[in-house]
Amino acid sequence: MRKADIANEIYEKVGVSKKEASDIVEFILNLLKAVLQKGEAVKIAGFGNFVVRSKGARKGRNPRTGEEIGITPRRVVTFRPSQVFKKYVNQP
Amino acid sequence: MTKAQIIERVAQEVTTLTKRQAEVVVNTIFNSVRNSLQKGDKTEIRGFGSFRLRARRMKEGRNPKTGATVAVPAKKVPFFKAGKELKDLLNQ
Repeated sequence: MRKADIANEIYEKVGVSKKEASDIVEFILNLLKAVLQKGEAVKIAGFGNFVVRSKGARKGRNPRTGEEIGITPRRVVTFRPSQVFKKYVNQP
Repeated sequence: MTKAQIIERVAQEVTTLTKRQAEVVVNTIFNSVRNSLQKGDKTEIRGFGSFRLRARRMKEGRNPKTGATVAVPAKKVPFFKAGKELKDLLNQ
C-alpha cells in the first residue's frame, strides 16, 4: 500500500476531491515529521507510539571490507506498536 | 502529540474539513496501515517510512511470578522503518 491508496480511501470516505485528499495526507505526514523533529513523541491510541531516541557515538565495521569506522551520535525514531495493533495482525 | 491533538490541528488548519471529518481522515490513515499489514501487505509511505510485519519464532518464556516455563507461540509483530527523509530531518 502507498500514499495514493490512503488518499483514495479518504476521498471515498470523506467526500473531498482526490487532490484535496492527497494534500491532507501530505499535511498530516508533515505535521508528524515536524513533531518528531522537535524530539517530541507521537502517540496514536490503538496504533502505537513513535518515539525519538538519541544514540551515542560507537564504532562500527564495514561488513564488506571489515574496516572499522566511527558512527556519529544521532537521533532515531522507534515505533512501539500498541497491544491492540499487535493482537490485530495476529488474527487469522 | 496524541491522536486527538493531531485531529485538532487538522480541523484548525484544513479549513474545508469539519472536526468530525478530520477525525475520520486521521483514523483512516492509521486504520488503513493496520488493515494492510493484517492482510499481509506492507505499506510504504514516501518521505516518512515503511511498515511491515516481522515474524517472531516460538520461544520458551517464564512466568515471572511462579518461575514455571511456558511456551510463547510464534507471532508476527508490526515493524516500522524510518525513511531517509525522516532520518535526515532528525539529524540536521
